[in-house]
Amino acid sequence: MDEKPTRRVALKVLGATLGAAAFERALSPLRELSEITSVGDFMQKHYRELSRDEMNAVLRRLEDETQQRYGREVTIRDVRPTEGVQFAYALNLSVCIGCRRCVDACHVENNHDRPTHQSYIRVLEMTSGSMDMEQGNTGYDHTVPAEGKFYMPVQCQQCENPPCTKVCPVEATWQEPDGIVVVDYNWCIGCRYCEAACPYHARRFNWHKPEIPAAEINPDQSYLSNRIRPQGVVEKCTFCLHRTREGRLPACLEACPTGARVFGNVLDPNSDIRWVLENKRVFVLKEELGTRPRFFYFFDV
Amino acid sequence: MLPVACEDPAGYADRSRRFADVPAGDGSRHAITVHRPASLSGIVGTEQTPQGQPVEVSCATCHEVLRPPPELPTSARTLGGPHSGLRFEHGSNECRSCHDPERYDRLRLASGESVPMTDALRLCAQCHGTQHRDWLHGAHGGMNGHWDLTRGPRLRNHCVDCHDPHAPAFPRFRPMPPPPDAPRRRADHG
Ligand code: HEC
Ligand code: HEC
Ligand code: HEC
Ligand code: HEC
Repeated sequence: MDEKPTRRVALKVLGATLGAAAFERALSPLRELSEITSVGDFMQKHYRELSRDEMNAVLRRLEDETQQRYGREVTIRDVRPTEGVQFAYALNLSVCIGCRRCVDACHVENNHDRPTHQSYIRVLEMTSGSMDMEQGNTGYDHTVPAEGKFYMPVQCQQCENPPCTKVCPVEATWQEPDGIVVVDYNWCIGCRYCEAACPYHARRFNWHKPEIPAAEINPDQSYLSNRIRPQGVVEKCTFCLHRTREGRLPACLEACPTGARVFGNVLDPNSDIRWVLENKRVFVLKEELGTRPRFFYFFDV
Repeated sequence: MLPVACEDPAGYADRSRRFADVPAGDGSRHAITVHRPASLSGIVGTEQTPQGQPVEVSCATCHEVLRPPPELPTSARTLGGPHSGLRFEHGSNECRSCHDPERYDRLRLASGESVPMTDALRLCAQCHGTQHRDWLHGAHGGMNGHWDLTRGPRLRNHCVDCHDPHAPAFPRFRPMPPPPDAPRRRADHG
């Protein structure tokens, strides 16, 4: 394809293949949105079509909108990947105790909706011996770790072969050169195909306008990650790219009281993450699907 | 099917936006520091300073004076003085597996070498080689700061930050609350 589809063209194509009723359902979030979408939002080009100057203009506009809607002065940056860096994450299931500190850190770092306590991470309580994540229970509420259980935090696996990006009718989600799968929240039409396509249940839909008291907003934001998302779009974990693309560790790793998480650049042969991949018996979730996650799990043996 | 002509898969109209402009470093790296738990240099009493801070008394304050040191007990049960109430559950270890019987404010390695309390990590390492090796590779014990040392420093946790040397099992505790929709839903659905 030499030309990126515009949203308008894509909406037409989608209508043709889906039939009118399905089309209407798929687009209902967009329709509801149209009142609150500013003219600037609607006229904006796709993220990858923007020149630097245009990008800067968009960022300033989004900062102003955040100020108006949330009463907080924030900085929204366009943080780009570094050449020669590809991220991977590993998690030691022998050490994780299921305390959900990572879930909470994600909630705070990524400016999630407060009333629903949204987060990109879910911790599954698993019965020892079973590896089927569909059997995991997210609702446990007792002292941890419980006898006979282990705990498996699941977030976006940043697949090398992501099923989610392929189903997007408007190319609002794609994989970046450092492996992070991102969403242009201003381009997303909220059809939720990507959410359905993700075998790890890692994508979230914003049913409501996110509510966050001004004082709780994390003002260090980026366009592709933790800026406050508009209503009616899909969002996901970005390995905190506003932190990690600048060399810092993800918020969920720093919050872990057990030291279960290992993060870094797989292309660096001396990195901690490479050591883990080469020396621990790591595995990935639902390997049979061929998604090739960049998120690995291991047990100490 | 014909291969799709696609020279820049990420497809940035402005190619200069594809990657960050990272200034070429001079090859220097920031430091990795190991956190030093306060418990390795003294005990925190119940008394408070006029500013309301708890008073920390260094081990040496008392142990420079208490010489020759009293007999090392064989179990924590007989322990008196300011240290009474110490809970001890650490395998088959004895007090002298770790403490220098000549100077209690120092530790003694298996080789007989006496080291300051602040070197406790070396002591743990000699009996827990696997965890120590993993720790050296960032795969045990966690950290803060930067994965990329060309951009900033890293702080490592000390074994004793997480494991009480006398009762090292990691504590159990209450988790943060479950997601509000969790009891109705399982792993699936947003
Ligand atoms: C306030 C004074 C004081 C401080 C501070 C203090 N100790 Fe002691 N320590 C004592 C006394 C008194 C005894 C002897 C207790 C007894 O007779 O049972 C003792 C005993 C000990 C013993 C041997 C156990 C025993 O009962 O013989 C060890 C080991 C020890 N101390 C280590 C330390 C270390 C390590 C520190 C610093 C982290 C420290 N102490 C700080 C007063 C102190
Ligand atoms: C595995 C090594 C190890 C063993 C075994 C050990 N200790 Fe300690 N002990 C330490 C270290 C390390 C500290 C430094 C303080 C801290 O981190 O709690 C310490 C501190 C102390 C202190 C002073 C601080 C405090 O917590 O009150 C006392 C008293 C003490 N030990 C007594 C004992 C006694 C009595 C025994 C035997 C029952 C014993 N220790 C066995 C490593 C050990
Ligand atoms: C002299 C040898 C020795 C030293 C020194 C030593 N340990 Fe241990 N440790 C043991 C033994 C023995 C066990 C019990 C293993 C078992 O039960 O299988 C143990 C168990 C443990 C456990 C598992 C506890 C549990 O109940 O799950 C931890 C954690 C631990 N040690 C941490 C430490 C730390 C931290 C240090 C340094 C302050 C240390 N050890 C120093 C010998 C040692
Ligand atoms: C960030 C906290 C943290 C730090 C720092 C840390 N550990 Fe651990 N360690 C854990 C947790 C959590 C477990 C698993 C506990 C469990 O299974 O419930 C563990 C387990 C262990 C065990 C028991 C392993 C087993 O198979 O039972 C040993 C031994 C141990 N650690 C030694 C060390 C040593 C030595 C160091 C320092 C080099 C260290 N730890 C640093 C959190 C930590």
